[in-house]
Amino acid sequence: MSKRVLPGFGISLGVALAYLGLIVLLPLAALAWKATGIGFEGLIRLLSAPRTLAALRLSVGGAVVAALINVVIGLLVGWVLVRYRFPGRRLFDALVDLPFALPTAVAGIALTTLYAPNGWLGQWLEPLGIKVAYTPLGVFVAMVFVGFPFVVRTLQPVLSSLELDVEEAAESLGAQRWQTFFRVILPMLAPTLLTGFALALARAVGEYGSVIFIAGNIPMHSEIAPLLIVQKLEQFDYAGAAALGVAMLSISFVLLVLVAFLQRWSHRWQERAT
Amino acid sequence: MKKFILVLLAAAGVVLTAAVAAKDVSLLNVSYDPTRELYRQINTAFAAQWKAQHSDNVTIQMSHGGSGKQARSVVDGLSADVVTLALAYDIDAIADHGLLAKDWQTKLPNNATPYTSTIVFLVRKGNPKGIKDWADLVRPGVQVVTPNPKSSGGARWNFLAAWGYALKQPGGSDATAKAYVSELFKHVPVLDTGARGATNTFVQRGIGDVLIAWENEALLAQRQLGNNAFEIVVPSVTIVAEPPVAVVDSNVDKHGTRAVAQAYVEFLYSPQGQDIAAKNFYRPRASDVAARYASQFPVVHTFTLAELFGDWRKAQAKFFNDGAVFDQLGVGS
Repeated sequence: MSKRVLPGFGISLGVALAYLGLIVLLPLAALAWKATGIGFEGLIRLLSAPRTLAALRLSVGGAVVAALINVVIGLLVGWVLVRYRFPGRRLFDALVDLPFALPTAVAGIALTTLYAPNGWLGQWLEPLGIKVAYTPLGVFVAMVFVGFPFVVRTLQPVLSSLELDVEEAAESLGAQRWQTFFRVILPMLAPTLLTGFALALARAVGEYGSVIFIAGNIPMHSEIAPLLIVQKLEQFDYAGAAALGVAMLSISFVLLVLVAFLQRWSHRWQERAT
Repeated sequence: MKKFILVLLAAAGVVLTAAVAAKDVSLLNVSYDPTRELYRQINTAFAAQWKAQHSDNVTIQMSHGGSGKQARSVVDGLSADVVTLALAYDIDAIADHGLLAKDWQTKLPNNATPYTSTIVFLVRKGNPKGIKDWADLVRPGVQVVTPNPKSSGGARWNFLAAWGYALKQPGGSDATAKAYVSELFKHVPVLDTGARGATNTFVQRGIGDVLIAWENEALLAQRQLGNNAFEIVVPSVTIVAEPPVAVVDSNVDKHGTRAVAQAYVEFLYSPQGQDIAAKNFYRPRASDVAARYASQFPVVHTFTLAELFGDWRKAQAKFFNDGAVFDQLGVGS
């Protein structure tokens, strides 16, 4: 057994496990326990209701697409911030964190003010027939907003550590620029991009505060799944609310496991390539 | 010098005895959202009165939020001495968890509702769509803003007001009422989660022609926004919205605050309490105070929840629970 740099493995593992249990597992167990009150049949009825399905589709579907957009734009922004030096770069860099720092309700109200039919942007979009606020599109815009920093911030350290000589080598071996990007750079970034995707996705799926202001909350149309949970709570239906929570959690968990698989696969693929 | 020290001692003695005699009492009033201004004034006035009568200092802490959420907090252990919520259903839920007697609503006058409000329409300046009554809300091209009754206690009063109107029309029945309300919700472009959100959507975002609102909210919006940007329209018939109050038995017994909590809710019925309610656009129960504020409150023809729907438990089960009438309307689909 190799000698460890830091002593105290036992105690640190103990603390880590206790902390995880207390902060993560205990609340989740309580949630699952509460959800059992609804019974199996109740659960099936709840989850097969068209309204539940529509809300889940909007929350999960919107979050997946928003995370994909964030991966593309986040890669671009991260690249610009790491690779180029230009005036105002630090300010630009600091701006990326804004969606992290802003209270979600403030973000939601700000977005709604912008995109409402009488808002700064909304008044120009409305004549073009594009309605953002109070539609599923608005939900999506808010999800893109809150997920954006995750991709940029996970990507930046990896981008800075990319060796320029790899690209130079590719170029000197006669690779086109797009070949260098798609065959050399992208594979190296893939695991990190997936991490950013997973984080942005997880944030957007359960997002309530910012989305609720810009969603029209019309059932079957612009109603997000977390709102259904709130409505259950309004009826003091704790079990139903917890069951919906568990359902959302399971969907997120499956998605995150899928991402983790993709990540391992891309690692292996990368190792084989090098 | 000796004399001076004596005076000083005497002064200290007076201060000390006063400090011993004057107890510090603290109450927690868990309320719903639009009562912030109302209870700020009530609390100051009540503390002054209590101090004068008992020479104790009472501090009243407030918690505001959506009515249903507030009720859940109390059920989950927020140790409210007094609850002042938007609808009896939410206090019933607290009673169901054994924190206060099931017949809490009989323990204070007027269904435990010291002040009321009613449901009115807020329209844009000059009333361009000519909205006069409930029937005008379902005309083609009219857009109505009201919050979602599934997530907002206030909006449940709106819903029942509309239902009651349809029921009271000639030949009105549950079937015609359902048809009317179903049509009404087809005219709602945005279902906000709460009353303040709906007011925002209507006032700030410029969405909709009519906002269905509590009268106190409508009057407040009108006064705060000034410039006559909005007008209030009183429909032919509407509901008396009754936001009730109650002392939370098990919490006041635990805190030893029953006397002061009881005095606090009774203060709401006193001439001074009624006056403060009226100043904050809630309709007072006391007829003499109501007479003084008559110019502020237009005459309305009203029905009560009890007249048409029995009680809140029945209304909730019939209209707002999962799979009940509101869900059957197929709003949005």
